[in-house]
Amino acid sequence: MKTIEVKKPSGYFTQIGPAHPALKEPVMFNLDVEGERIIKADFAPGMSHRGIEWMGLRRNCIQVIYLAERICGICGITHSISFVRAVEQIAQIQVPVRAHYIRSIVGELERIHSHLLWAGVAAHELGFDSAFYLAWRVRENVMDLVEYLTGNRVHYAMIQIGGVRRDITREQFPRIEESMKFFDNAYDQLARVFLDDTTVQMRCRDCGVLTYEEARQLCPVGPTARASGIKKDVRVDHPYAGYADLDIEYMTPDRLTGEVRGDVYDRIVVRLLEVKQSIALVRQLLEQMPDGPLLAIPKPAVLLAKLKGAAGEAVGRHEAPRGEVMHYVRLEAGKDEPVSWKVKASSYSNYLSWIPMMEGEQIADIPIIAASIDPCISCTDRVALVQDGNRRVLTKAELHRLSVEKTRRIQASLSAR
Amino acid sequence: MTFPIVPDLLSSLFKKPNTNPFPAPQLPPTVTGLLDEVNQGKAELNPPVPAPERLRGKMTYNRETCIGCNLCIKVCPAHAIEAIPAVKKVRFYVSQCIQCGQCTEICPKQCLALSGEFLNASHDRYDRSLIVER
Ligand code: SF4
Ligand code: SF4
Repeated sequence: MKTIEVKKPSGYFTQIGPAHPALKEPVMFNLDVEGERIIKADFAPGMSHRGIEWMGLRRNCIQVIYLAERICGICGITHSISFVRAVEQIAQIQVPVRAHYIRSIVGELERIHSHLLWAGVAAHELGFDSAFYLAWRVRENVMDLVEYLTGNRVHYAMIQIGGVRRDITREQFPRIEESMKFFDNAYDQLARVFLDDTTVQMRCRDCGVLTYEEARQLCPVGPTARASGIKKDVRVDHPYAGYADLDIEYMTPDRLTGEVRGDVYDRIVVRLLEVKQSIALVRQLLEQMPDGPLLAIPKPAVLLAKLKGAAGEAVGRHEAPRGEVMHYVRLEAGKDEPVSWKVKASSYSNYLSWIPMMEGEQIADIPIIAASIDPCISCTDRVALVQDGNRRVLTKAELHRLSVEKTRRIQASLSAR
Repeated sequence: MTFPIVPDLLSSLFKKPNTNPFPAPQLPPTVTGLLDEVNQGKAELNPPVPAPERLRGKMTYNRETCIGCNLCIKVCPAHAIEAIPAVKKVRFYVSQCIQCGQCTEICPKQCLALSGEFLNASHDRYDRSLIVER
């Protein structure tokens, strides 16, 4: 971790959050400060638990797709892809190739939209509101495109277990290409406005650094990891959907700037590079898209019956705009609902990087550092422990004790039979 | 010091707003007054933007062909559909519907569709216009 001259807590303690104007979603930062400098940083998530998994265990798999889609308001396809990939493995459903391609196209459009949204938010956190408006104006184009292709701006409802629900037809290709041309220009414009700007450089260069070594220890995902030079991307490492057929590589900042510093600036660079990469990927996907069916099992009633008979467990993964998302699903024969559903949102893996990023920086840097990992706080919160009106944190030792107790209980009930 | 956004800012001064215009440029003192003026040809409203072709809007339901199989209820993620067992029909609550369109795909009689109608706001969740039963 970073060397900080003053190790002893200074005695000044400040809290930011859980609800604070500088934070888009509820999370709490606990900071030891000396003057303006952060000596020690910690954070407390778990402020916006929504019980989504609980709801999922009371719905059949088709219903859960739409629920999963609503885990995040920005990643409209991320969670549904991960969930259906898990279910498809359990039920051994072969997704048609064309459906794979359509999934990837929507996934890449989502990445463009998410990164542009982030660029706007980051600019706003820096006080650079003109760039915020510029990024969001550009983003409007991809929202229109997604609406044209899927029907809605958010919550695309494109994914079905075993394929996709709507086609992307040849007549729609010119409209897509029109948008891609627009983004070619927009990329140049945004790269100039963000990367060449003196203010952005002064605020973001060498601010909120996550070194390669720290990143190796903390295992962040997505652009947060890649900006520190870690080469990982689910699309490249474990290709799925249409990605195996594509020319796709890890986007690390050295591709543009020739070096990796792991600061906020590098995270801007990586996301901009990924916008450019997504444009190229959409073009490749359109070019190579084969004809064929959209769904393995076209009739939803037949699909429901098949899923009722399926049993087993699987993990579904997807490279979301923020990094790897993982869904664990377990189905039992004779049950419509999953017996277990666990969601790991990408921000969960990125949270810990906040600590080395913040320590040693100034209080005024918190908004941009917090935003630089593009946190999705409500998507991440899975558990909140409240007992008699008090919040508690389960320690590792306590969890272990609970687990041992459960094994004993099961053993006791087995021997009693 | 370089500020590459400056040319973009200056050129924006000469561009039209990028967003869809509101029906009236300013909030009128009374909406009914404005509508009267529009009827008399004294004022003009900005026309609404057309709904995209694939938009999933308010539900349409053909009660005649529905056989009351309740399959739509089985797949509705939002519990927006209510069975009426006495007559073997169903009822849709638009305020609860998330417009996923899953019910339209499972219906064996194709009596469901999502229209392009998207202005469904009301003060009352159970307003007549937000309950579809025919
Ligand atoms: S569109 Fe979706 S939410 Fe609405 S009634 Fe049909 S299944 Fe339910
Ligand atoms: S699925 Fe169709 S036929 Fe069956 S109850 Fe629903 S609307 Fe009626």
